[in-house]
Amino acid sequence: MRRHQSRIAFFLLLTPLVLWLGLLIIIPHIDMLLISLRERISFGVYEPSLTHYEKALTEPLYLRTFWRTAVMSVLATAITLLIAFPVAYYIAKMAKGRLQQVLFMLCLIPFYVSELVRTFGWMILLRETGLVSNLLQWVGLADRPVELLYTDATMMVGLVYTSMLFMVVPLVTTLESLDDSVIEAGYDLGGSGLSVLREIIIPHAMPGIVSGCIVVFMLSLGNYLTPTMLGGKDSLWFTEMIYNQFIVRSNWELGAAFGFMLLILSSVIVWGVLRLTGRTLKETMG
Amino acid sequence: MTRTILLASTVLAGLASFAQADTLRLLTWGGYAPDDVVAMFEEQTGHTVEVTKSNNEEMIAKLRATGGGGFDLAQPSQDRVMGPQMEFGIYKPMDVSKLNQDLFIPSMLKATMANTTVNGDVYGVPHVWGTSGLVINTAEAGDVVKDYTDLCDPAVAGKVSYRLKRPTLIGFAFAMGEDPFAAYDDEAKYKAIMDKVEAKLIECKPNVKTYWSGGDELMNLVRSGEVTASMAWDTGGWKLNNDNPDITFVAPASGALGWIDTFVLPAKGQADDVAYQWINFVMQPEIAAKITAAAGNFTASAGADEFAEAGLKAQYQASFPQEAIDNIKWYPPVPAGLEAIEGEVLDRVQAAN
Repeated sequence: MRRHQSRIAFFLLLTPLVLWLGLLIIIPHIDMLLISLRERISFGVYEPSLTHYEKALTEPLYLRTFWRTAVMSVLATAITLLIAFPVAYYIAKMAKGRLQQVLFMLCLIPFYVSELVRTFGWMILLRETGLVSNLLQWVGLADRPVELLYTDATMMVGLVYTSMLFMVVPLVTTLESLDDSVIEAGYDLGGSGLSVLREIIIPHAMPGIVSGCIVVFMLSLGNYLTPTMLGGKDSLWFTEMIYNQFIVRSNWELGAAFGFMLLILSSVIVWGVLRLTGRTLKETMG
Repeated sequence: MTRTILLASTVLAGLASFAQADTLRLLTWGGYAPDDVVAMFEEQTGHTVEVTKSNNEEMIAKLRATGGGGFDLAQPSQDRVMGPQMEFGIYKPMDVSKLNQDLFIPSMLKATMANTTVNGDVYGVPHVWGTSGLVINTAEAGDVVKDYTDLCDPAVAGKVSYRLKRPTLIGFAFAMGEDPFAAYDDEAKYKAIMDKVEAKLIECKPNVKTYWSGGDELMNLVRSGEVTASMAWDTGGWKLNNDNPDITFVAPASGALGWIDTFVLPAKGQADDVAYQWINFVMQPEIAAKITAAAGNFTASAGADEFAEAGLKAQYQASFPQEAIDNIKWYPPVPAGLEAIEGEVLDRVQAAN
């Protein structure tokens, strides 16, 4: 009887998860896959075909955008890690008590407002008639208005800023669990700052680094707003191309094919990172 | 006794009007259903109106995703009715006899109905019309920019903005001496024209500050002086003109591009009668004038001009001398397949260095 009850409880608990995954993720994806595998012949007539994948893989423009998005997302992840690591280390190890909480809050506060507002903030700062441009002229470093928007570098700043928090939080959590005495022991045994960092701190922080990197990479790869608003006329982000195909061109078939390419790309890169660092998904996430 | 009957009849009447009160889910553009007009309609008819603001592409994508459901009345441009209807069947035929046709400007009603007829059924009637052309700071770029292709002039380098969308392609094609509308039925010829436009747009790219995507974004760029010449709608130019008399809308030498936004019934709309009531309501001259004031564009309502604001009329007359009106190129219905060609051109322009 009790076994019976616990089974019912198990299925009851499982239902929301199954519904969530099934209705919102698996079924739409199957539908997308089917859409991506058909070709429009004429009004309302479709035939199964691989032509959209072929087009996506042979048209140089689509391929270029695909790789550009991948490489820039990896770069954004690396820069985020480089900036976030010292910040997280300071918050977790050097700062104590109140200061620690205040610093952590300071990281969190920008995320109280929506991404759109934050991106507009950057636009107000960096535009030709914006704050930074006027400041540079006032100081005398520039003799006419400087345009800082609409470049790849600006876009990179936006991407790093947007995803900073998602790197800092897992890093702080893992670094906090590192016992100070282990670091002291490292120094006592004659280690230099660099070797302590390499032999003790980074290996301990590895789960945080990997999970932070995965989240930041996925966020950058799937970001739509930042590249569109800050990137300007040369920036074509892969998500923007998906939006264009679905909404502007009404070409759902190609858009769906792009969507699957993006899904495969992110899966492959995440799998590759896990393999490279010798971790399993279970260790990293759990 | 009489009191009881009175009370009962009042209650019954109340119930009856309650049963008839419907919700009109309206898919439209910003400014086409101003709050005061919605309030007046709700008060007169007892129906409620839910307004969703959108643009051509999103309207069609939304209706396509639901097979024409979710809305009771939509307002795509007249060139976007025939193609999507043939392709996806997202609209339902309109019973024009339920409309008060005297409220419409006859020529515009006739043209729109002809352009939105599929298999003998009429799918759309006109509502708001306007043009796109050049919005220019005349003090700085007025002497240089007279036509779309002048946006590529070195004198305005870095001070130019336009959209990467089909109006830009069409406008440039006209300015380069081609007639893209005449080539609508000839895919090979249309592609040749678009290839020429693509080469021009890529050559022109260093001149462009950024490709704008939202009206407000462009307004900020022009108002702050960062952009002195751009491709935009007439209303955008006139709005800016109110703040800065130097900035205004100019009809390009090769002709402004004219569009008409329509009323169509989505295929799975559930309140057709309310939709017809709404159309008849907003086409009344006084109401149409209110919409003109909110949207900045004139409507297909006959006689609404009398009620329009004097300032807007003056701006319109300054931008459109008679020969410029005669030179407006009205969009014909887009045949299927052309947008794929245009899409590839636009992608290549955006990715070009």
